[in-house]
Amino acid sequence: MTSSARILDGRPLLEFRDVDTYYGELHVLKRVHYEIRAGEIVCLLGGNASGKSTTMKTVLGIVRPTRGTVLYRGEPINHLSTSERVRRGIAPVPEARRLFPRMTVYENLEMGAFTRTDPASIQEDLERVYSLFPRVKERRGQLAGTLSGGEQQMVAIGRALMARPSLLCMDEPSMGLSPAFVEQVFDIIQEINRQGTTIFVVEQNANMALSIATRGYVLQAGQVVLSGTARELRENEMIRHAYLGEIKTA
Amino acid sequence: MTFHDILLQQVINGLSLGAMYSLLALGFTMVYGIIELINFAHFNVFMVGSFIAMFVLEGIGLRGQARVLTGVPLVNALVLAFGITMLVSGLIGVAIERTALRPMRHVKGTAAMITTIGISYILFNVILLTVGAQAQNYPNPLPAGTWHLGGAVLRLREVLLWVVSLALMAALHVFVRRTKMGKAMRATAQDQEAARMMGVEVDQVVMLTFFIGSALAGAAGLIFGLYYNYTSFLIGYQAGLRAFTAAVLGGIGNIVGAMLGGLVIGLIESVGGQLLAVRWTDVIIFSILIAVLVFRPAGLLGLSTPQRS
Repeated sequence: MTSSARILDGRPLLEFRDVDTYYGELHVLKRVHYEIRAGEIVCLLGGNASGKSTTMKTVLGIVRPTRGTVLYRGEPINHLSTSERVRRGIAPVPEARRLFPRMTVYENLEMGAFTRTDPASIQEDLERVYSLFPRVKERRGQLAGTLSGGEQQMVAIGRALMARPSLLCMDEPSMGLSPAFVEQVFDIIQEINRQGTTIFVVEQNANMALSIATRGYVLQAGQVVLSGTARELRENEMIRHAYLGEIKTA
Repeated sequence: MTFHDILLQQVINGLSLGAMYSLLALGFTMVYGIIELINFAHFNVFMVGSFIAMFVLEGIGLRGQARVLTGVPLVNALVLAFGITMLVSGLIGVAIERTALRPMRHVKGTAAMITTIGISYILFNVILLTVGAQAQNYPNPLPAGTWHLGGAVLRLREVLLWVVSLALMAALHVFVRRTKMGKAMRATAQDQEAARMMGVEVDQVVMLTFFIGSALAGAAGLIFGLYYNYTSFLIGYQAGLRAFTAAVLGGIGNIVGAMLGGLVIGLIESVGGQLLAVRWTDVIIFSILIAVLVFRPAGLLGLSTPQRS
């Protein structure tokens, strides 16, 4: 995993400039602005239907912005297909994991490296994924659809790492997992980040997300209403009330 | 001939029909697996394929069944006929997808399926208006060797057609299981958006699926001609509906299911026709179609692994 900090000269790795996204008539993202710098863990908080998942889909090019620009390594990427973005180092851990249920764990990992052509470096990353998740290695011959939710999440993260990404986009990685497992997943996210991958994570579990993030954005009804360092957000009254409070009483 | 001999003979016949239905069913099931579309144009891609092959065989100087080839010339003729037929049929499938179906991809409902019925009629009429309505005597270079198994007769040409069908299906199986594009195809069938997120170009996968499915239909068309010694603009409908039943029987979207479904339908057609009466075969086959749809809509090899937790 190579850090991209050097070649960026302080420019953000990913940037949204006044991005508007529509689903048909529905205005989902409204003049949204994000900046994600190489090496950071940036979390995106927000309630249901606030535009978090749409943000992820816009990064990946599954949804195209109507106005505004998405920049990656300082270059506009609005027009690029999803596969070209993956090739350039953006890899997703999608919401609900979205493994290929009737393919083996190993084949799922292979699919993560679909755009790559160098077998030796792919093998290297496979070993890295196996050492990060020994459990995944044990299960490699099993159909992905037969795994538990937690195991599936490990495979989904492993699959994304197989793209050797510069930017890992994670959509609700804690969803549907037991509390012990959530902690494990966040430890792994930190570990992946330490190894040099920038992480953009959408999360309902604000407490968890802010505990590992460098910075965060808060999205409400498609607009960024708050942004700052993780510490600033943790101490913000509105956040404590709207997100952290809910988690504590839940 | 004893009853056993007759039964054995019908099993032999059934396996030959079944091999053809299997090849044809694969195209239905693969396209359905990727874009959830029942492609009724597939019937007549099969029919056109049998004509393309006829032109190729006539082009290398074969007329009717008069000239028999053996050894290397036979292999060359078959490789050429299957090669060109599968290539051209495959390209017809790709052309259908690009011109008529891709623009319909995001239209909800049955519009795309109705479009395939329209294309099916176009292919049907193109052959009717160019070649004509009369059945065509099929150029057939296969030697007439036979084996006697008790009272039943196993013809060399049937064995050859089994070998060709099996080889094509084995090649498809290896392609889908082992190659990168084959895996991309399975991934796309299981979760199109997730496949896109892995960097798979879904449009390419759809095109490839139409190419392979249509190429196999063309091969089945050639097998039809070599088996029955005739072809006509009408052959698509009956064989196509039976192959479709085979695909549903095996579990639509399931490749191995289509192969087995084709064999089962072929055997039911020949053995069932023997035990009851030939005029009842359609009743039996389409009763099976309805029974499967009512009682086991996922097919005999329906997906037994969980979809997503």
